[in-house]
Formats: sequence, C-alpha cells, structure tokens
Amino acid sequence: MNPTLAQSLTQTHDEIPSLREILDTLTLQSGFNTNAVIIAATLLGIAAGIIGAFALLRKRSLTADALSHATLPGITAAFLIASALGFNARSLPILLLGATISGILGVTLIHAILSHTRLREDAAIGIVLSVFFGIGVVLLSVIQSTATSSAAGLNHFIYGQTAAMLTNDAIIMGTIAFVSISIALLVMKEITIVCFNESFAKVTGIHTGFIDALILALIVLVTVSGLQAVGLILIVAMLIIPPAAARFWTDRVRVLVLLSALIGAISGFFGSSVSALLPRKPAGAVIVLCAGSIFILSMLLAPKRGVVAQIVRQSTLRVRIAIDHILESKYEHPEQHTKADLTLRVMLRALGFTSSLSASSTLTKRGLERGRRVHRNHMLWEQYLISFADIAPSHVDWSVDLVEHVLDDQLIQRLEREIRESGLHLDHASQEARS
Amino acid sequence: MISNQIPDLIRELISFDLFPLTSAICVALSCGLIGNHLVLRKQSMMGDAISHAVLPGLVAAFLLSSSRSPVVMFLGAGASALITVALIELVKRLGRVEPGAAMGVVFSVMFALGVLMLEQASADHVDLDADCVLYGQLETLFFVAPNQWDQLLSIETLRAIPTQVTTLIGLTVLVLIFKLALHKELRIASFDPGLATTQGIHAGLITVLLMVMTAACAVASFEAVGSILVIAMLICPAATARLCTDRLSTQIKLSAVFAVSSAFIGYLLASFVPEMLGMPSSLNAAGMMSTVSGAMVAIAAAASPSHGLIAKSRRQRSLRRSIAIEDLIGTLYRASEMGITRSPTTTIELTMHIKDLNQVIQAAERQDLIINHGSQLELTKTGLATGAQLLRRHRLWEGYLVDEAGIRLDNVHDIAEQLEHLSTQEPVPDLQTDPQGKPVPPRMPPTL
Repeated sequence: MNPTLAQSLTQTHDEIPSLREILDTLTLQSGFNTNAVIIAATLLGIAAGIIGAFALLRKRSLTADALSHATLPGITAAFLIASALGFNARSLPILLLGATISGILGVTLIHAILSHTRLREDAAIGIVLSVFFGIGVVLLSVIQSTATSSAAGLNHFIYGQTAAMLTNDAIIMGTIAFVSISIALLVMKEITIVCFNESFAKVTGIHTGFIDALILALIVLVTVSGLQAVGLILIVAMLIIPPAAARFWTDRVRVLVLLSALIGAISGFFGSSVSALLPRKPAGAVIVLCAGSIFILSMLLAPKRGVVAQIVRQSTLRVRIAIDHILESKYEHPEQHTKADLTLRVMLRALGFTSSLSASSTLTKRGLERGRRVHRNHMLWEQYLISFADIAPSHVDWSVDLVEHVLDDQLIQRLEREIRESGLHLDHASQEARS
Repeated sequence: MISNQIPDLIRELISFDLFPLTSAICVALSCGLIGNHLVLRKQSMMGDAISHAVLPGLVAAFLLSSSRSPVVMFLGAGASALITVALIELVKRLGRVEPGAAMGVVFSVMFALGVLMLEQASADHVDLDADCVLYGQLETLFFVAPNQWDQLLSIETLRAIPTQVTTLIGLTVLVLIFKLALHKELRIASFDPGLATTQGIHAGLITVLLMVMTAACAVASFEAVGSILVIAMLICPAATARLCTDRLSTQIKLSAVFAVSSAFIGYLLASFVPEMLGMPSSLNAAGMMSTVSGAMVAIAAAASPSHGLIAKSRRQRSLRRSIAIEDLIGTLYRASEMGITRSPTTTIELTMHIKDLNQVIQAAERQDLIINHGSQLELTKTGLATGAQLLRRHRLWEGYLVDEAGIRLDNVHDIAEQLEHLSTQEPVPDLQTDPQGKPVPPRMPPTL
C-alpha cells in the first residue's frame, strides 16, 4: 500500500495514460489510496446530489454558495487557534470543525439578516459570502505573515486538491458524506412535504423550521466534507448542477433525487478518476465540468423540458397551424391558388391532403375532410366570441385565427349546443361578421 | 521658501500607499454606485457570478496572446463576463431553471473551466496566480516616487503609474458618467420595469447596460483587488445605505460615502495597524476592506435610526407601553362609570395582566392621566377625557363588528379590545349605545 500513489501518479505521467491504467483506475484496482479518494469522491457526489436536490426545491441553491465561502474564516481561525495552543494545526478534523462552525455561523447570519432587516435574500447571501471570505483572506495573510508554520496547505481548501489527499482524509470525507446521505434518506418524506407544501407540512405536525435547519445542516456537512477535494468555491457546483440537470428529466421528486444522486456519483467518480490519471487536472474542476456536461446534455436533450424537444414542439405546432390555414382557405375557395411555399406543399402532399405539388392542386378527400373540420371550428368559435364573449365583430377574425387550432372536441360540442340553444343561425351571424 | 525636496515620509506614502489606496477607492466607488441597482433589483449575486466567471477569459486571453498586457487581459475577461451574463439568461429562459440555480450552474462551470485552464497554463511554466483573481495584489501596486516636487507631475512620472490604476480611474469616470446620464432611466427601471416601458424607456436595454457595467467593474478590478472586494463593494455599501434611508438618491449618496470610507479604513487597518502591533508584514488589504464593509452593514442593521434593530425595538417598546397605559385608563374609566372613582392598585394588578404595572402607573402619572394615592388610583380630568375617547372607540367598534361584520355579540369584546388602540377614523359615524346597551361617550370637543 502506497499512501501517496495518487500524488505520484499525477506527477510521473505527463503523457496520456495507457488503456491498462485507465481500466485499473476505473475498476478501482490502482492502489488503495487512489481507490479511497475515488470512492470518497463518488460518495460525496451522491450526498451532494441528494441534498442539492432538496436545496433546489427549497430555492436555497445560492445559500450553499455563501455557506461554502463562509467556511474559510473557520478553517484559518482553527489553524491559528490550534497552532497557538500547540496542537497539530494541519490536522484535518480540527480544520473541518472550524469550517463547520463558521459555516453554521454564516447560515445563521443570513437567516438573521432576512428576519430582522429589510434586506432581501440575495443581498444577505452576498454580504455573508463576501464578508466571511474577506475575513478568511485576512486571517490567511495573518498566518502567512507570522510565518511560524507553513500555511501552504490551507490554499488547497480554496481550489481543492485530491492529489495531496491521504487515505485517512479520504476516509473522513467518505464517512461524512455517508452520514449525510443516511440522514437525508431517513427524513426524505418530511423534507419532500416541506418542499412542496409548507402549510400542509405544518398541519401534519412537521416542524418546518427544524426541517429547514436540517437541510442547511446537511448542506454544511456536504460542503465541509468536499472542501479538501473540490475546494470551497467549486463545492457549491456539486450541490447545484446535478439537481438542476436532473430537473429536466422528471417532475417526480423521488426520481429527481435518484437522478441527481446518480449524476453526482458519475461526476464524482469520473472527475476523481481523470484527476488521478492525468497530470494537472484538479479533481474539483473536472468533477464540475463533468456535471456541467451532463447539465448541458440534459438541457438540450431531455424529452419534455429539453430545448430540442421544445423547439420541435413549437415548430410542429407552427407547421400544423400553417397547414390548417391552407386547408381551410382551399376548402372555402377551391378555385384559388394557395400561397404556400414549396416546403409546405410537399408536406401537404406527403400527408395526403392534396393530390399534387402544384399551387393550384385540389384537395383530396382527406384534405377536404380536414379543411371542413377546421372551417367548422373556425365558424363555431367565431360565433361563440360574438354571442357570448362580447367581442366586437370586427375583431373576430383576428382572435379566431389564433385559437381555432387549440379547440378540443368537447369544447366544440359545448359550443354547438350553446349556439343551438340560443337559437342563432350559424351562417347568418358569420356572414354579418365578415361584411 | 519651501524646499523642492519631497520629505521621505511623504515620498514613502506616495510610493507605497497612494496607488493601492486610489485603486481601492476607485473600485469601491464604482462598485458601490452600481451595486445600488443590483440590490434593488434583487440581483446582488450577479456580481458574484460575473467576478468568478472572468477566470477562463483571463486565462484564454493570456494563453492565446502569451502576454500579460492589461488590454488583452481586459478583453478576455470582458468577453468571458458577457458570455456568462448571456449564458445565465439563456439557461434561465430556455431551460426554465430557477434564477439562483441558473447563476450557480453557469458561474461554477465557467470557474471550473478557468481552474483547469490555469493548471494547464502553469504546466507550461507560466506565472499566473489563481489566488490573485480571488483576493488581488493591491500591495504590489507601488511605484517609485521622484525626489522632487516638480517632478511629481512630469510625464515620465505619470507614465510610471501602473496601468491597473489608470484602468480603475477610467472605470470610475465611466461609472460616474453612466450614473449621471442615465440616472432617471436607471431609477425607473429598477423600481418598475413596466412603468419604464410605458414611459418609452427600454427597460431591457437598461438591464443589459447595468450588467455590462457590473461586468466592467468586475473585469477592471480583478487584478488590483480581486473578485472578493468587487462582490463586497457591489453589495455591502448599498445594503448599508438601504438600511439607513428610504430615498434612492440619498441611498446612492450614502452608499458612495460608505464604500469610500470602508476602502479607506480597511486599507489603514491592513497596512498600518499590523506595523504598529509589530507584525512583520501587512495584512491582505482587499480582505480587510470587505470585512470593514461588512462591519458597516452590521452597525447599520443594529443602529440605523430608521430601520435599525435598536430603533425598532425601542419603537415597539414605547408602543407597548402606550397600549398598556390606555388599557389601564380604560379599566379605571369603566370603574368610574360604575361610580368607583378610586380603584385599589391590587385589584388592578389582579384583573389586568400588565407585566410592569408599576412603571406603567408611573408613566401614566407623568402624563398627568392618573393620580396615585399610594394604594389607590384615580383618573385626572385629562385621564377621564382620554378614557372616554377610548371607550367611545371600543364601543363603536363593537357596534360595527356586530352590525356590519356580522360577528356574534359574545365574540366582539376581544377584537374591539385590540381595535380600540387604533387612532384612525372611527368605524361608524355615531351610535348612542353599544350592542350591549352601554352608552357611547360623546366625541371629545376639539378644544381639549
């Protein structure tokens, strides 16, 4: 067992690693320390994914950002205090304890600013973020100026560095991540209810304040556990990106949490593996870019909320409307040439609505049937607007052409019935409107 | 005759402190002014997002041009900042992602990209310090001041001014022009984009311009002071000012004062205090300035005369006290209606649940409402008049609640007990008796 294998890996290989090394790393066969780091990063990904999903649902994404920045003064203060008291100031548990305390302090301050002053959430988050980080930077320069002990290790907490992680560090990180996953899963039902319906949660006897505090505490835990590997600036990305990406794929909270955990796990696993295999690839950055790629793919390709799907839906609707317009005018005035361009004429032909591609082409039986239907809907809707909705007849065509394509059969039947009951004649009123 | 020789102390100040301080004040002033609108629009975190996201642009510009020329860096960072703003908008609109999350996704991915590129750059033995992006190198902005006064304004000396400083002075001028030229438009668009549009102001354009200015602040400042001070100055002075006033023009002026003074005080604390304490080197100035600006928020939150916690709790206490006095007067008046002019203090103590009864009695005495006969209390003439008006309001409210609001008679007393303290208009014009048949005292003559 070589405790600094990860480090040596990153330093000896300047070229692309062999397939063998890649496989070894990905299948967890490349040394105990590397494995420990990869497993811990994966666990961290899962924890951040799950807890980030709740943070997203509670609209707390940027609170996590403030919180992670707020850990810096804790780390530096812990370092200063520990070295003043004669402890080993670089001991990870001491530094993480400091980080936890100042993280909690930061969250509490945000809460206090929100409930006691007129400042809004964005300002509260920004104030805590910048001021805490500022204090941290000052303390960092205090450490550097006293120069009794090297503060070099503390910089890693800002940008993160897995290469310098020892097995014990990885075990600490993995354990905290595992504990927070367990807590999150235990109270998942309560958190879900609070996220969706606060008043219902109160009625069912759930203490919403407690659940909120618990979510924040879990965010603190995840942040603290990821500090060393990912760094305090990028750890927030692990909490925000996986749930935001997962949100594109589902509307169900259980699926969201599961997907988010999965995306977090994939990013954590691949990010730390790549970082171990290739030189100068900081794990935090690679993990975040990995998650970012999944986010971009999800945003583009997700079936319902994805951008591509939205564009397809919109253009389909546009084409359908255009086709309906042509069919209706052809139905009303069969002798006129259509103004449709070639693409639309090809579509009309392909759908079997016209008999040929020419602009003077007549409608097929299918086309006639559809044109009649659209025309009928048009008339009905027009009629309804005139007689029931107090729309000036001069405005009717304008509003009708926009909505006739969205009418469903049930509404049409209701309209027909209402018009029949009111004793109006279809043709008469519509001619009046057109003249 | 004044000697042409510059004294050593002043020369030292000019060499080491003038430019860091000037840069810091420029950053503070421009960010502080722009920040007012970000805070009002609830977009404070935009500064955070942009200032993190300039990193990949910086590194890219650096790698492409392989020079540290400020112009190239400025262009790279600026491009990166604008791309970030556009991407955030895109993710928000196309992906329908919650604004905070959209911001977080975009800036963290950009920053990760920057960190990765930076590592690659450092592989090629390139000196680009990631830490400086975060907390700046204000201390490195020294220049060698000349010995003579008349050389101080010579062209050679002016040329030796670090470019970061001239950039920042340029930024401040730009921000001031922007604010003065678009003051009205910015104000309307920040409060009511809809109204702005009806007034013929392109609210969207104003938003874009504001984002561009925010980006300019972040980009121009990164090298001198780092992103942390940019974020602090965009938010803290404006937030402090917001806690002190309700008027935008006052808020803007105050925020400028707060921004400049936190830069100044922060600089003093970082560079001179450690020296006095005997520490070997000075502290990080940008960090200290952020800390000071945060302290200002804290002081304003506690002690602002209009919105501070202390003022608020004092107002609440005095309101609570005056309600307690009114309750006491009401009780004594009811007794006097039944012919009891002097009520024993112990009875009052047992029937009314007033925590600090003695102090309330003393306060009422000071206001000449009651006479304290030791163990008995008696209303004065003013006290009787006040009590009558209180009971009038109470009984009119009871009448209103029963007649107009349809609340049952046995439920109205507790509600009226609270409403009687409202000094607003009376609920119904006139009633002779309340629903229980008790007389409503007449309206107080205006002379009293």
